[in-house]
Amino acid sequence: MADRTDPPFPAPARVAVRRTYKLYLGGAFPRSESGRSYPVTSSRGVHLANAAQASRKDARDAVVAARKAFPGWSGRTAYNRGQILYRVAEMMEGRRAQFAEETAAAEGVSRAGAERLVSAAIDRWVYYAGWADKIGQVLGGANQVSGPFFNHSEPEPTGVVGVIAPAGSPLLGLVSVLAPVITSGNTAVLVASECAPLPAVTLAEALATSDLPAGVVNILTGRLGELAPPLAGHADVNALDLTGAGDPGSELASELEESAATTLKRVLRPGLHDDWTVADPGVSRIRSFMEIKTVWHPVGV
Amino acid sequence: MTEEIFEYAPAPESRSTVSIRPSYDLFVDGEFVEAKSDERIVTINPADEEPLSEVAVASEADVDRAFTAARRAFERVWSPLPGAERGKYLFRIARIIQERARELAVLESLDNGKPIKETRDVDLPLVAAHFFYHAGWADKLAHAGLGPSPRPLGVAAQVIPWNFPLLMLAWKVAPALATGNTVVLKPAETTPLTALAFAEICQEAGLPPGVVNIVTGAGDTGRAVVAHPDADKVAFTGSTEVGREIARAVAGTGRRLSLELGGKGANIVYDDAAIDQAVEGIVSGIFFNQGHVCCAGSRLLVQESIAEELLAKLRARIERLRLGDPLDKNTDIGAINSAAQLARIRELVAVGEAEGVSGWSPACLIPERGFWFPPTVFTGVTQAHRVAREEIFGPVLSVLTFRTPEEAVAKANNTPYGLSAGVWTEKGSRMLWTASRLRAGVVWSNTFNMFDPASPFGGYKESGYGREGGRHGLEAYLG
Repeated sequence: MADRTDPPFPAPARVAVRRTYKLYLGGAFPRSESGRSYPVTSSRGVHLANAAQASRKDARDAVVAARKAFPGWSGRTAYNRGQILYRVAEMMEGRRAQFAEETAAAEGVSRAGAERLVSAAIDRWVYYAGWADKIGQVLGGANQVSGPFFNHSEPEPTGVVGVIAPAGSPLLGLVSVLAPVITSGNTAVLVASECAPLPAVTLAEALATSDLPAGVVNILTGRLGELAPPLAGHADVNALDLTGAGDPGSELASELEESAATTLKRVLRPGLHDDWTVADPGVSRIRSFMEIKTVWHPVGV
Repeated sequence: MTEEIFEYAPAPESRSTVSIRPSYDLFVDGEFVEAKSDERIVTINPADEEPLSEVAVASEADVDRAFTAARRAFERVWSPLPGAERGKYLFRIARIIQERARELAVLESLDNGKPIKETRDVDLPLVAAHFFYHAGWADKLAHAGLGPSPRPLGVAAQVIPWNFPLLMLAWKVAPALATGNTVVLKPAETTPLTALAFAEICQEAGLPPGVVNIVTGAGDTGRAVVAHPDADKVAFTGSTEVGREIARAVAGTGRRLSLELGGKGANIVYDDAAIDQAVEGIVSGIFFNQGHVCCAGSRLLVQESIAEELLAKLRARIERLRLGDPLDKNTDIGAINSAAQLARIRELVAVGEAEGVSGWSPACLIPERGFWFPPTVFTGVTQAHRVAREEIFGPVLSVLTFRTPEEAVAKANNTPYGLSAGVWTEKGSRMLWTASRLRAGVVWSNTFNMFDPASPFGGYKESGYGREGGRHGLEAYLG
């Protein structure tokens, strides 16, 4: 047989298969139950795709999926969670080109700039993968009480966390708020950047192939004003990350915080100038979504 | 005592996953290089005394070359590299070890004599976990509680023992590399093969040349490594006797030193303990890895009121242990690692018998070739007997009794060693009371011989100093 590198006849112009951007709920990729979608454009206004426009019901379904996943995920060994987060980095590395293309379109940065953002996002997973089995030793320990007691404090995940991802950094910013929430054993319902949701959907596809159990991360695309309030008011959401809800003290952030107060959710308020490129963001985002449990036990014959 | 219901059917693990070269050179500066000396060591399979391969004996000049490579790699490549990037090399190594776990487990069983059940289910998973855990520290050292910007020390001289060859390598290499140091490591003369396989893994991971250097040899090579003037740090795991020699050699040089040495661990069983569970713990405490474990529970301290019942159950359990082919997946007790170690065990056991202590072993078939020693229990032991004082490093348990918790603690602490101890009781307050009085670096309660990269390990007193594993273990490699 002749060794050919080209087909023997001119191939007809091929029409590319385009991707449908859907929600990520309970490990599956459904459209919005409302049947709605909304057009997504690049930073220069070019139409890119239609993203699913999730409804309040989708948000509630996502909370159910996250709650269902919580016992299993938080019950795994920290070592196992760390390996799975590292696996997410492995999966993203294999899809670099796709992430870079979408990031460049979404943020209007050069291809090289987009590559740097993708690298930083991958490295962020590796960073938080490493924290899974170290955070307890850094935040917990023996308490030297004045009496014959063993007294030990340990951080534990708080439960289901609603995450409003930053609007202006749809990949690196999103990973930077999501990874610290789940590394400690929380499960998450994340609202992606409203104007640039496509990298979030691509990330969901990487998560789905990373051994991450279904429901640990649920990603909603759509209108922030529609999706954030049901999460803030939901009695089965334990904490809220408002990073993407506008500037500190913005009307939306204040309303969401007030709504969250009814069920005494832990709230991480939006930061003023979050710099997502810092290589070592530290433990503050992990700590924001952990409880401290202290155990007392008497010592004596 | 019991009838066999089924005929015994061996389930040997295949050797076909392993390819051993007939001869190995030294691993220096990222390549296998011929030693300057012509001397070679033949490494054998202790289960049948057949040679497996031969390895180079590194001379002082070879060791010197390894330190030159390690110093260069430290200054030019490894210490300037951001922690996150260093970490990625360690993650790669962890993944390759996971991928090649079966091959490495078989190789370890062949070279060491320990059962495949242990290399497969204990050593190799822990080796991979150790690299994975420390990989994650590489970019987080500022959070370890050791100051805002801890610095690596430089070149670490590391000498490791033969009882857990690859695991001890991991305990040494992973924290050293994560913290930004480079290493010159000498594996034990009887178990060099998995360290040489690890050298290939470093190549496969693309680790920069000189970051890890492996020099094989015996005592002289070890002395050349720990005494090398360009070592900034010396780390040794092995006997207390050699540890003392190294501490003397390092004295006055300003070099940092960590030592993980011998032990004579007490395993205390109170009268309220869950007896069947305690029996399992006593068995794994002393017969795991043929008793070649520095933290073995080699002294059983049992409360007098339950001694008779417990010992009967213990003997019945020991009679069910299988001794034999390390590659048989059913084997509980493998081969003694070397003729020299077997002679040492025999000598101490003979001393015990001469001192009038009564020894017991189950009826058990000993293979004709190889080095073997049956599980042995000495009862009627007092604190004066040598079998209660000296580390035997073999499958030999000495049983003592006590009446009160105070007596248990006093007897447990009556040793120059202080590595490990066990406490068996259903009463938490008593366990904590006992643990707080034990002069030992690791106390297991209602379990024994558990290890994890996140958990610091190391001894009090003459069991050495420094910790390996966990946040505390990083300190040994940071200034």
